[in-house]
Amino acid sequence: MAREKRLKFRRSRGDLIYSVVTYIILGFLFLITLYPLYFVVIASFSDPALVNSGQIVLLPKGLDFRGYERIFELDRVWHGYLMSIYYTLFGTLFNLFLTFTIAYVLTRKDFMARNFFMKFLMLTMFFGGGLIPTFILVQDLGLYDTPLTLIIYGGVSVYNVIVTKSTLENTIPYEMYEAAAIDGCGQIKFFVQFVLPLSKAIIAVMALFYAVGHWNDFMNALIYTNSEELQPLQLVLRNILIEGEMLANENLDPDLALLRQQQAELMKYGLIVVASIPLLVAYPFIQKFFTQGIMIGSVKG
Amino acid sequence: MFGKKKDAGGSAVLYASKKKKFSERLRFSFSHHYELYLLALPTLIYVFIFCYIPIYGLQMAFQNFSIAKGFGESEWVGFKHFIKFFNSYQFWPTLWNTVSLSFYSLIAGFFPPIILALLLHHVKARKFGKVVQMVTYAPHFISVVVLASMLRLMLSPSSGVINTMIEFFGGEEVDFMGSANLFPHIYVWSGVWQGMGWGSIIYLSALCGISPELYEAAKMDGAGEFQRILHVDIPGLMPTIVTMLILNSGQIMNVGMQKVLLLQTPLNLETSEIISTYVYKSGILSARYSYSAAVGLFQSVVNVIMLVTVNTISRKVSENSLW
Repeated sequence: MAREKRLKFRRSRGDLIYSVVTYIILGFLFLITLYPLYFVVIASFSDPALVNSGQIVLLPKGLDFRGYERIFELDRVWHGYLMSIYYTLFGTLFNLFLTFTIAYVLTRKDFMARNFFMKFLMLTMFFGGGLIPTFILVQDLGLYDTPLTLIIYGGVSVYNVIVTKSTLENTIPYEMYEAAAIDGCGQIKFFVQFVLPLSKAIIAVMALFYAVGHWNDFMNALIYTNSEELQPLQLVLRNILIEGEMLANENLDPDLALLRQQQAELMKYGLIVVASIPLLVAYPFIQKFFTQGIMIGSVKG
Repeated sequence: MFGKKKDAGGSAVLYASKKKKFSERLRFSFSHHYELYLLALPTLIYVFIFCYIPIYGLQMAFQNFSIAKGFGESEWVGFKHFIKFFNSYQFWPTLWNTVSLSFYSLIAGFFPPIILALLLHHVKARKFGKVVQMVTYAPHFISVVVLASMLRLMLSPSSGVINTMIEFFGGEEVDFMGSANLFPHIYVWSGVWQGMGWGSIIYLSALCGISPELYEAAKMDGAGEFQRILHVDIPGLMPTIVTMLILNSGQIMNVGMQKVLLLQTPLNLETSEIISTYVYKSGILSARYSYSAAVGLFQSVVNVIMLVTVNTISRKVSENSLW
């Protein structure tokens, strides 16, 4: 005990400097990551004049909820919200189906075509047809500008298949299948009755990975759809925030023009918050799952 | 990560069947594992349609493709579109922008996750570490539209916070989004901000895999915290670092097109027009399909060459490789 203490003491100066530096760097990274997010939130309900003149730093000032009031009146934002939920829900289900069936098949060591299937999938990680041939294909299939495109496009990520496969290999012992086979259980039945119920954690992780991908996507919507009523939230946001469509299209009443001008910035901050709310709310709960997902992939892959 | 692993197991049936002819084994496999083929089928069909048919469709790069005529009827023109691209005034700027933006991202973005992982791994106050982790992972989930909007709002010359601060400290107003010189920095450092925490997870898990005995041994030899990082952590991370380096280099031509597109303004186009945005604009917006497919194919081929080269070098130098 005493010796240990002395050792600790002897080393402590270099280590102390090290710890202090560690905390300073980590603290800095913490602040620099958090502050922009925090700023958007407080700026979204502060007086826009104060925001523009740089007087909002730590706390919101001159509370002003008109930005949010305006956002609530915007039908296209809410319609986009609904479309995003729709694409995310069905898209994720489709993803899970494609990912787990193939991942299970790839875990079966006695399956002859296993390596061939694996290579067939992995080749697509390194080479593909690219944007234009895919665009032509989507048109030829008659999927262009249909809601189905955004559900099935990007149906399976090979990286996720590999992660799922390694996880299944570790959670479902091969002996279990053999035992079930002796009892006359077929492979599909085994998959549905044993593999899936035992893989709830990895299903959750994959569902979250895919769902975030669908929720945040705007590019596929931009490329593969044309009608306004098919636009998911992110594309609506992009049109309002980046292309500045709002000011031109939304309001024709000249009396309100000045007010609109003021509120435009306020609304932009508000829209960012509204679009991120589902993730902001869910994030603390799901963060653990995400971390697990990536860990599994990196350790066992 | 994708290293070859010999199948350790394998049932007696498989062994017996290995001696048989391929066709017999195949028939055996179909009759005994038809349910597995059935399960695999949807995904294989999907991948075939959405990944392999577009590869077949790349022939349009060598044709004067028109949608009305289709692949069979369109006239073959050889390398005409490639030559046109190589001779066009966009070729060198877009190639340079793509490669420089990519290298800049790779270099700037490579070390922060490693440093963050090393710091987090040794932080004594667990709670504090957890909070830092949670916050630094968060930006990864922000959509690219939201990120680009935040940048545009905060960097705006008239009303952005950054400019207000610059003016407060006596500086001159900077038009960030309208400056071709600043675009690479905005693109790259916002990427570092967004990806640092998430990127650190893979290194953190590699660090967790280092045997505690190594730390004990280092302690016994009188190594301080910093020396432990130098002599235990970094050697332990090397395989992961090399793997990540190879994987990233295979993406050297794949600059995140979405963010570039969202941050593009007419004023910064000089540095922000990259190959993939060029493909998008000329292909989807202007419907020059064959030409854009050729440009895209050029990009993919460069990617594959990069990946193979780096992998070969790495296999010779460090014995770490993807295949």
